[in-house]
Amino acid sequence: MSGDASARRIGATAAPVAVERGESPGRRALRRFFRHRLAVFGLVVVVGFILVALLAPWIAPYDPIETSWARIRKPPSAEHWFGTDENGRDVLSRLIWGARASLMAGVVSVLGAVAIGVPIGLLAGLSGGWVDATLSRIADAMLSVPFLILAIALAAFLGPALENAMLAIAITASPVFVRLARGMALEAKSTDWVEAARALGNPPWRTALVHVLPNIVPPLLVQGTLAIAEAIIAEASLSFLGLGQQPPAPSWGSMLNSAQRFLDQAPWLAVAPGIAIFVVVLAFNLVGDGLRDALDPRAQRR
Amino acid sequence: MAGWLLRRLGQIVPTLVILSFMVFGLQQLMPGDPAIILAGEERGDPVVLQQIREELRLDRPIWDQYLFWIGNVLQGDFGWSWRIRMPVSDLILEKLPVTAQLATMAFLIGVVIGVPAGILSATRRDTPTDWAANGVALFGISMPNFWLGIMMILLFSVELGWLPPSGYVPLWEDPVQSLATTIMPAFVLGTGVASVLMRHTRAAMLTALSQDYVRTARAKGLAEKVVVWKHALRNALIPVVTLGTIEFGRLLAGAVLTEQIFTIPGFGKLVVDAVFNRDYPVVQGVVLATALIFVLLSLVADLLYMAINPRLRQA
Repeated sequence: MSGDASARRIGATAAPVAVERGESPGRRALRRFFRHRLAVFGLVVVVGFILVALLAPWIAPYDPIETSWARIRKPPSAEHWFGTDENGRDVLSRLIWGARASLMAGVVSVLGAVAIGVPIGLLAGLSGGWVDATLSRIADAMLSVPFLILAIALAAFLGPALENAMLAIAITASPVFVRLARGMALEAKSTDWVEAARALGNPPWRTALVHVLPNIVPPLLVQGTLAIAEAIIAEASLSFLGLGQQPPAPSWGSMLNSAQRFLDQAPWLAVAPGIAIFVVVLAFNLVGDGLRDALDPRAQRR
Repeated sequence: MAGWLLRRLGQIVPTLVILSFMVFGLQQLMPGDPAIILAGEERGDPVVLQQIREELRLDRPIWDQYLFWIGNVLQGDFGWSWRIRMPVSDLILEKLPVTAQLATMAFLIGVVIGVPAGILSATRRDTPTDWAANGVALFGISMPNFWLGIMMILLFSVELGWLPPSGYVPLWEDPVQSLATTIMPAFVLGTGVASVLMRHTRAAMLTALSQDYVRTARAKGLAEKVVVWKHALRNALIPVVTLGTIEFGRLLAGAVLTEQIFTIPGFGKLVVDAVFNRDYPVVQGVVLATALIFVLLSLVADLLYMAINPRLRQA
């Protein structure tokens, strides 16, 4: 019975695919993405958080690091919507400023991972032989240490600071992009157009830039978006451990760290930063899933 | 099969060699002079500093230092902790069972929730059951698990007072108390595993259900139950078993934060404390040990994959 239903479903999607044919791939991807209501919702949330982070100096009601002995650990009220923390700082203002650390860490570290991983992956895939073997084993070795442990170790040896946490996350996340770029390069190498480009005497780097790189962009967008979600959690984790953003500068992870010490007297401190991390990570995951459905031609049936 | 195994080992050896370079290289990133850190109060005394440098071979060229280090590692000597005067390997072996207990419990929770949810969601594709399962899995993946841990402490320890917020009792000392102290952290870790396993099981089941042999089984008039449980599930579980093994390895890393929140004296607590005590040999040892466990687990995953997939046995 359910087999019957899925057969009908495949039949049903086949028709619009035929109509789509006149469109450019980019337009089709955009249209498919916007058909995905959850992905659009995710995008709206991500843009919202980016705006909050950019506009922090104007929209935060209080100074995020100014302490006040008169209002230590006050529960949420009309003046302080999310209450005040153990140093009398306004939690809402710290959340708003904390969005900067989280988003910046997420985006910058993933850009770093792409900048490290993609050229190495392309080099490995296109050159083959011992270069490929060596680079692939390095990626394997890095992937064999769990993400967070490697990030903690790197951050520990580099010293605790937000920049070092970002560097640690970028290095730890890069092997995924090495594998991705290598796979795409290998796939492209076997195609006729790359063969033709080489036969025409194009230098290998030109082949890589003109013929392989454009094909990597769609999976890179998907992987990159999902990696930002992971990087934001990683930054929050490192900051929670005290290896990321240093006090008194606000970060969601370090806010949770101090919140844990006052769980019985001031439980509100632990709620808001966690929800902020959760919502922004969920939003990036929704956008990533939507992009995957929109960009992967093989995922059409799903 | 023997050839395949040899090739696989042939890949592992260079990976391990590179891994050893990486772990050794961490040392070079270290800020400051280790001899000065170690000398403590006596850091002004050049004789003491020289003594430490000679003892740790810091005065030798880097390749010599590496060979000395790797030679010891191969004999199971991971060096000495700088803070607690104890061999790093003893420290690791002491903490590993605690984390292993936590990881096993978390893994069981993850499998018991994740696999059935994935099967259900695949067989009832595009129904509210499927959407709910997918939604919960997405929540599980997006939830920072250390926050989930804090929220559980807030609910079950601070508000309700049902479970202890922190601490650990070994299983063999008092099993009930041991479960009471580990059930919350295990659940926190388990939700992540459940989400990942649910997604993989669902995808594998959907692939299996669209295969020709499933259509044939249905055409023969077999009951849907037999088709799903006997024909599709058996094949779908092959990749899930492999992924499950890898997820088990990931739990070691996940445990770092969870142990920190619930103050459980395991592997994760060991590495975090070492980081703050600037006890670099311990950090190095933990990285090396987790990597070894991970490489071993992925080898086990490959062997399991072969054991349950008869097609590969002949190859």
